Amino acid sequence: MAPRNLSKAATGIHGFDVLSRGGLPRNRTSLVMGRPGTGKTVFALQTLVNAARDRKEPGIFVAFEEDPAQIFENAATFDWRLPALARDSLFFLNAQLSPTVVQSGDFDLGGMLAILQAKKKEFDARWIVFDGIDVLLALLPDPGAAMREIYRLRDWLAQNELTAIITTKIDGAESGVVSYGFMQFMVDCVIRFDGRLEQAIPVRRLEIAKYRGSDFAAGEFPLGFGPRGMVVAAPEAAETHDEASTERVSTGFADLDTMLAGGLLRGSSTLITGAPGTSKTTLAGKFAAAACRRGERTLYVSFDEGGDRIQRNLKSVGIQLAAHLKSGLLRFYSGRTDQDNPEEHLTRIVALLHEHQPQCVVVDPLSAIAKTGALSSARAVGNRLIYKLRDLNATVVITALVDGDDPQAESTALQISTIADNWIHLSYLVLGGERNRALTIVKSRGTQHSNQVRELLLSASGLALAEVYSSGGEVLMGTLRWEKEAEENSRRRKRQDEFSRKHRELEFAEADIAARIAGLQLELQRQRAELALYTRDGAARRTSSGERKKELRRLRSADAVSTPGPAPAKQRAGRASANARKNGNGGREPRRGA
Amino acid sequence: MARKLSAKARCDAKSTTVVVMRLFIAGRGPNSVKAIANLQAICEQHLKDSFRLELIDVCEYPERALAEGVLVTPSLTKLSPGPAARVIGNLSDTGSVLAALGVQPRMAG
Repeated sequence: MAPRNLSKAATGIHGFDVLSRGGLPRNRTSLVMGRPGTGKTVFALQTLVNAARDRKEPGIFVAFEEDPAQIFENAATFDWRLPALARDSLFFLNAQLSPTVVQSGDFDLGGMLAILQAKKKEFDARWIVFDGIDVLLALLPDPGAAMREIYRLRDWLAQNELTAIITTKIDGAESGVVSYGFMQFMVDCVIRFDGRLEQAIPVRRLEIAKYRGSDFAAGEFPLGFGPRGMVVAAPEAAETHDEASTERVSTGFADLDTMLAGGLLRGSSTLITGAPGTSKTTLAGKFAAAACRRGERTLYVSFDEGGDRIQRNLKSVGIQLAAHLKSGLLRFYSGRTDQDNPEEHLTRIVALLHEHQPQCVVVDPLSAIAKTGALSSARAVGNRLIYKLRDLNATVVITALVDGDDPQAESTALQISTIADNWIHLSYLVLGGERNRALTIVKSRGTQHSNQVRELLLSASGLALAEVYSSGGEVLMGTLRWEKEAEENSRRRKRQDEFSRKHRELEFAEADIAARIAGLQLELQRQRAELALYTRDGAARRTSSGERKKELRRLRSADAVSTPGPAPAKQRAGRASANARKNGNGGREPRRGA
Repeated sequence: MARKLSAKARCDAKSTTVVVMRLFIAGRGPNSVKAIANLQAICEQHLKDSFRLELIDVCEYPERALAEGVLVTPSLTKLSPGPAARVIGNLSDTGSVLAALGVQPRMAG
């Protein structure tokens, strides 16, 4: 027996070598089992191709089930260039047994092993695949014979130092004569493939069921097919180079950069949610175009819409991508969600990420993958994609369609919002018979972001964010904003007019009072003048009346003072007499007054 | 025609048609030994001398096996007369071997 610490031979299949901690056991036999169409043959053949092409390790492919010509045809969808490899480093043995063969008594695989032995020597083969061994074993008359042949095979492999992959079909029920339990016991590594339909979309997975003498990742892992063949979604060894970058990357939209305190943080993920037609793609396209202008490699992942259409639509809002596509800076991945399951898309995207090494990535819209397959698997795919992009330190903008205007709807769908660093929500505000686009930054980790709702204006010249008008706790947009502004302006003008009118009025009033004061002053002066005049008259009168009395006394010659007659009263002039008359007691008045 | 002709191959061009056969065996394993013995008995009893047999050990001549698509051994190929036929196994079932060769069984002891 070889030492426990066994050497491994890489399959070159992305993901599988991670799960198996390095590949298949070298110079041992691995069993690959699964239902038809789950990817067993691709797995085996791709391993052979990778070894022959990348490490110059020739291999032999024994086809029990299909004609090699058929296999070549199927493999043509991948970029393996199988015919060229088959010329000098891969040998295909057509091991289909003729259906017209008559069986008489026991037989064994002696003939095949003799051929393989010779070919191994000729090619110096290191690898061998027995594809569809169940077809062969079904011909053996009894389980005992099958077991004997398997042992013969194993011994032969052990003698020849070949790393072997045996694939076998299993049906739901254990059919055929072979106990697969026994086969699993015999080999050093067992890989199970499984495929099922989830909401009419095939979902394939593989599981390493056994790996003698080695650690491996337990559990089922999704797999998909890309241009280079099978890709297995392995949990990435968390390369947590989480040196949080403080570099700001422009969103390609100056107004938005301002709202985000300068842009997106390098390596951050941004979710843009919104109802249909809220310009999610335009924002994403701006970001992609800006990245390319900075000379950064960019990957634009779109679902259910081809790169050409997206390019054309973006062009209509002034975003030019064609030159960047031509220069190779920008790559498109367009996936159809009605054909492939989320896992398959993910594996292809991940393969493309490794190939293109983009610094900026757009996924538009990620929500499309939730339409197909099970929601739980779509969620897992979304999360894994974001973590993968984070590992690669790519700055990513993801759009997601939400029904209605409630941004919270996203949290019930893909639940990306919880792991995204930034979350921008685009909505329609319907007010006054008008739909206007509004942009809100729901969250932005590590950024002093604006918390204002802004109006998004879209025109052929590009995007702009308008200051929104808030009034009475309501954000106003579009015509309403304009109307409200106009109304407010006129009201302000009116207030101004009112004020100046009041001002003038008050000035008038003041002037009036001043004028009245002046008048009164004049009156006062007149009064005073009159008073002075009157006072002087009175004094004169007193003097004259005193003299008259003296004269009278003198004339009467010491006669007692007699009642003055009316005559002298009549002689009095001026105001005094008038006063006396007014009083009505004219007879006595002169006496008293005098 | 035969590159490696076993000592057992006999030829007799008498009245009856000659059956031309090739038997592929792998080394000296039990199935090889049994197949040779069974075929010998069948030939002696049912074909008398009107047959030609080429015996090929695939361990020595794997390219022959590859050329003729012989994967399991023992494997008996009838080349003529009539359509080619192949029987796999150690030829323990005489009836099916004769049927494949297109030979009427002879009941003579």
